[in-house]
Amino acid sequence: MTRIDPAVSATADLRRDLRRETAFFLSLSLPALVLVGLCAMLPILWILRQSFLTLRGTYTLSNWEKLLSSDLTWRAIWSTVELSAGTLVLCCILGLPLALALASAPQKLANRLLVLLMLPLWTSILVRTYGWLVLLRRDGLVNQGLQSIGLTDTPLALVYNFTGTLIGMVHFMLPLFVLPTYAALRDIDHNTIRASASMGASLPRTLVSVVLPLAAGGIRSGSMIVFIYTLGFFITPAILGGGQVNPIAIRIERTLSTFQNWGAASALGILLLLLVALAAALLVGVRHLLSRRGGHHA
Amino acid sequence: MLESFDNRGFKIAMWIIAALILGFLILPTLIVVPLSFSGSDLLEFPPSTFSLRWYQSFFGSTSWMLALKTSLLLGALTALLAVPVSLAACIAMNRLGGIKSRVLYTYVLSPSVIPGILLAIGLFFVLAKLKLIGTLSGVLVGHVVLAIPVTTIVLFPAVSRFDWGQVDAARSLGAGWLRAITGILVPQLNFTLLTAALMAFLTSLDEAVVSIFVAAGDSATLPKLMFLSLRDQIDPTIAAISTLWTVLVVAVVLLVNARRAP
Repeated sequence: MTRIDPAVSATADLRRDLRRETAFFLSLSLPALVLVGLCAMLPILWILRQSFLTLRGTYTLSNWEKLLSSDLTWRAIWSTVELSAGTLVLCCILGLPLALALASAPQKLANRLLVLLMLPLWTSILVRTYGWLVLLRRDGLVNQGLQSIGLTDTPLALVYNFTGTLIGMVHFMLPLFVLPTYAALRDIDHNTIRASASMGASLPRTLVSVVLPLAAGGIRSGSMIVFIYTLGFFITPAILGGGQVNPIAIRIERTLSTFQNWGAASALGILLLLLVALAAALLVGVRHLLSRRGGHHA
Repeated sequence: MLESFDNRGFKIAMWIIAALILGFLILPTLIVVPLSFSGSDLLEFPPSTFSLRWYQSFFGSTSWMLALKTSLLLGALTALLAVPVSLAACIAMNRLGGIKSRVLYTYVLSPSVIPGILLAIGLFFVLAKLKLIGTLSGVLVGHVVLAIPVTTIVLFPAVSRFDWGQVDAARSLGAGWLRAITGILVPQLNFTLLTAALMAFLTSLDEAVVSIFVAAGDSATLPKLMFLSLRDQIDPTIAAISTLWTVLVVAVVLLVNARRAP
């Protein structure tokens, strides 16, 4: 019989306990791992595989050849980017003044107004789209208003086209842009603004050279959310676009439901995923470039 | 923030612009309320007659009622599945720490950055293979996987703030992990867990894209039916549904805010 040093055996016990504990915690994350794997990762891989299959299930490159040689594809990519860029620009124009006003309001009032901002965020996308449909119709409230104040004689085509889609998209994305921007503005140290004022800078000057650079992080995350989220958006262009706006998401649905072409729809899906990845990489790249330049100045 | 400046004109202009933008944000939600009480088939504004006929047409229709029941059931099941699954994952992330925790967090949140349409057609292909298109469970897995990032974002900070010394104390006194977690962690996080459940419920209730592609017949959800009827014609019944929906959401938001205030 060999004698075991009690200290050695205690360390071994502890090690075993630690390993067991790690295994236990890993097993706690198992349901989430499996669910996300089976219901999000597997479907994406399936789309990738399907994009290389014919209708009969044999491997082919024809889906991709047809896709990349078609004019419709390039028009769909352009339409997707156009809608995302337009939404982002309008979100910046409308969102920055709103975030600035919220950040300079007393905290209590700001909290009340934030509830107003959150309300559309929690209202169904379909309810909001319906509201815009009603407002923007030929005989809708907006056209009535424009005619009664004499801005136009004939009703404007505000819906079932790019304009209507853009209005609906901006309405959906604006709170998502304002929230991170507002949070970044709130975090600014007020002494920097006081310093700017005491050195004689005007309010516009202070906004441009002090406030905006200090809030850049929040503005960037807001922009990233808006741009990337808009790239794959389906409901708003489907209803408010009225067939006139055909980004990739709409083309996917049409290829699937009208033409029953699973392979072509899958290739379009992978194209959309690549576009999203490219946009994310570009936006992150711009951030790195800016922060390096900022580093040189400091 | 701008109190150091005496630029009155600028501040007034800023507030007018902010008020207009807030108006822009809530206008489409508010406009449907008067329309839902209109007696006319036309979407005239302001409505010339008052009636409850659109509410009757909603509550009297078997297909709308079936969709409502499906949506409420799906919402409840989604909350019931997503909350425990992401609570377990959050505990794992918190206790494992380091790189394992960060990888897990990114992975669990990944469904929120995948475009909805991709998830929808991907699930459609997989479920078609399994012959599960149009079943409740098919739509349910889609909703759960979309709700998990939301519940994780709500639960993770609360689990991280939690004083784990209490659980360690219970463990050293001989309680098993399950007992320590359900007996000590869960009761202290009850408000956060309720918030997470409500968010999961609303995520499912509002989800349209996966439902449009994967649901059919009995499993058709309220948003799917609303989408189809909006695409065909503007039925004022939608105004009644929208009003009910908005009232529900306002009630939930006020409830959560009221509980948080004191």
